[in-house]
Amino acid sequence: MLKGRFGIHGGQYIPETLMNAVIEVEDYYNRYKEDPEFIKELEELLNSYAGRPSLLYYAEKMTRDLGGAKIYLKREDLNHTGSHKINNVLGQVLLAKRMGKTRVIAETGAGQHGVATATAAALMGMKCEIYMGKEDTDRQALNVYRMELLGARVHSVTSGTQTLKDAVNETMREWTARVEDTHYVLGSVMGPHPFPMIVRDFQSVIGREVKRQMLQKEGRLPDALIACVGGGSNAMGLFYEFIGDPDVRLIGCEAAGYGVDTDKTAATMATGSVGIFHGMKSYFCQDQYGQIAPVYSISAGLDYPGVGPEHANLHDIGRAEYVPVTDDEAVEGFEYLSRTEGIIPAIESAHAVAYARKLAPTMTKDQLLVINLSGRGDKDVAAIARYRGGEIYE
Amino acid sequence: MNKVQKAFANGKAFIPFITAGDPSLEITEELVIRMAEEGADLIELGIPFSDPIAEGLVIQRADERALAGGATTDKIFDMVKRIRQVCSVPLAFMTYMNPIFTYGTERFMKNCRESGIDAIIVPDVPFEEKDELMPYCSNYSVELISLIAPTSQHRIRQIASEAQGFVYCVSSMGVTGVRQEISSDVEEMVKLVKQVKDIPCAIGFGISTPEQAAKMVQFSDGAIVGSAIVKIVEQYGVDCVPYVADYVRRMKKAVKQGV
Ligand SMILES: Cc1ncc(COP(=O)(O)O)c(C=O)c1O
Repeated sequence: MLKGRFGIHGGQYIPETLMNAVIEVEDYYNRYKEDPEFIKELEELLNSYAGRPSLLYYAEKMTRDLGGAKIYLKREDLNHTGSHKINNVLGQVLLAKRMGKTRVIAETGAGQHGVATATAAALMGMKCEIYMGKEDTDRQALNVYRMELLGARVHSVTSGTQTLKDAVNETMREWTARVEDTHYVLGSVMGPHPFPMIVRDFQSVIGREVKRQMLQKEGRLPDALIACVGGGSNAMGLFYEFIGDPDVRLIGCEAAGYGVDTDKTAATMATGSVGIFHGMKSYFCQDQYGQIAPVYSISAGLDYPGVGPEHANLHDIGRAEYVPVTDDEAVEGFEYLSRTEGIIPAIESAHAVAYARKLAPTMTKDQLLVINLSGRGDKDVAAIARYRGGEIYE
Repeated sequence: MNKVQKAFANGKAFIPFITAGDPSLEITEELVIRMAEEGADLIELGIPFSDPIAEGLVIQRADERALAGGATTDKIFDMVKRIRQVCSVPLAFMTYMNPIFTYGTERFMKNCRESGIDAIIVPDVPFEEKDELMPYCSNYSVELISLIAPTSQHRIRQIASEAQGFVYCVSSMGVTGVRQEISSDVEEMVKLVKQVKDIPCAIGFGISTPEQAAKMVQFSDGAIVGSAIVKIVEQYGVDCVPYVADYVRRMKKAVKQGV
């Protein structure tokens, strides 16, 4: 009873058909998470294949330009496949292999999680099918072809709003039809227990590295951590190690789209209410009858009407702050980091950069600020050009 | 005897499903009354949800049509009240947890009681989470129907021991939808339930033909049919009532007398 709770949030709200499958995942995870051989194999993959540890880079020009806190960038964009998603995927696909599964399925928004899953599947010899909303297969066409190159089959989901939420629906439906040989590699700290816990654990390598690197460089903990929040995996990965350090501010940046006072937004904490969907109790954008709202963000990876249950609880207990960042601000952040530091961030990560531009000047010069650069921006270049009125198509 | 038990009191039960508000609430009201007249023993009314993850394409489209047509939980309660003035067939709501939770679970069950809903079926609330509903269901005497699936295995005992009303046996893996063949494991599932508890078992997911329904009730207490009926509604739209009535009559006959 009441498994996988974070305060009132979390739980396992899924069809009976899937219950044994998630119980099996939990059993295997508990068995292998402390298995020395499993840990060693995963570490080896993370280090020699994905390129960990990722750099903690002092953004000196940005620091000088903003004139406040000393800014560090956690360079998850330098990981193999270009985002933090690979951390979770390598762990889950390795676990799926131990479970005797031969096939993995996954949802994807921006395509980063799909690419990471297709990559791990190729490496570990698994069949792979990816579900992606039709709107996203259109705006992230390059990633679709990338997944196909990696041997995955990509399904364009045409139901509902044709974005990330619908991709999750379709992947769950597919898993219901085929649990025997298939593992669902959920891409964020969301869904039914045990996924929020497993994904957080696999992503928490980010925060552990930051702590170690910061102690090495500065001899003390950072004052604030900033990350973008879609489902919340890169943010949770960064925050988790610091939850017990009350002086470290944890700040999640939600996609506000056109703004939180419009209906074209995906800022769940700012505009949503508690609900039960996609296997979990958490905050959701919805109407008074519990119909899930069609959300919007320029960023396909943040265009999701919910948020992971552990974030919902960190919000409730006041341990973390969640702030909305608009499309305009994110695009400016995207361009700013490119010009200032020569680093093109993912449009998702650019939401965190945008908020850092506001926050850093309000902090003192001896304070330390870490921005999680969850991914690189190559996939977004054409879309940003179009946003600026250009005519570039991939 | 409560209303749900009554549905199984006259031999094998035929249980049709339709989505409330598809194509309109007026037609849904007519459909319920006509299906009851044709012998439906219990009727499942779907409250449409934006993201029905246990549903196949046919019922997904019905939910979309119903929501686009303006069906809401409040309007559906009003419709049930109108139906109750002329029709006493046992009624079960089938919907997802979020429409109930966000409406207010207590308020929802209170309205179920007051409008005349006898049971609820919520496919995304498994045994582990049923405390989300059970206290409110008990307070307002709304029966919470449990589902078991081919993957349930040892869970069947646990679920059956606390089941009420009837047990909804999901015949096949996957989401709702018409199927050519229905796995034979379902017979085993029913046997397991009966070992634990003397409670009616109805089989759903995939049934569409009189032959399938007749076969299913050889070893169970009822057949549930959703997608096949919703398809007729989709095909004939506002003119669907006589076609659905005809289908229900044939299915009921198959369930009662075999084919
Ligand atoms: C680069 C990048 N950052 C962030 C996200 C959002 O996911 P999460 O909130 O789980 O980190 C995505 C998702 O596609 C992404 O690709």
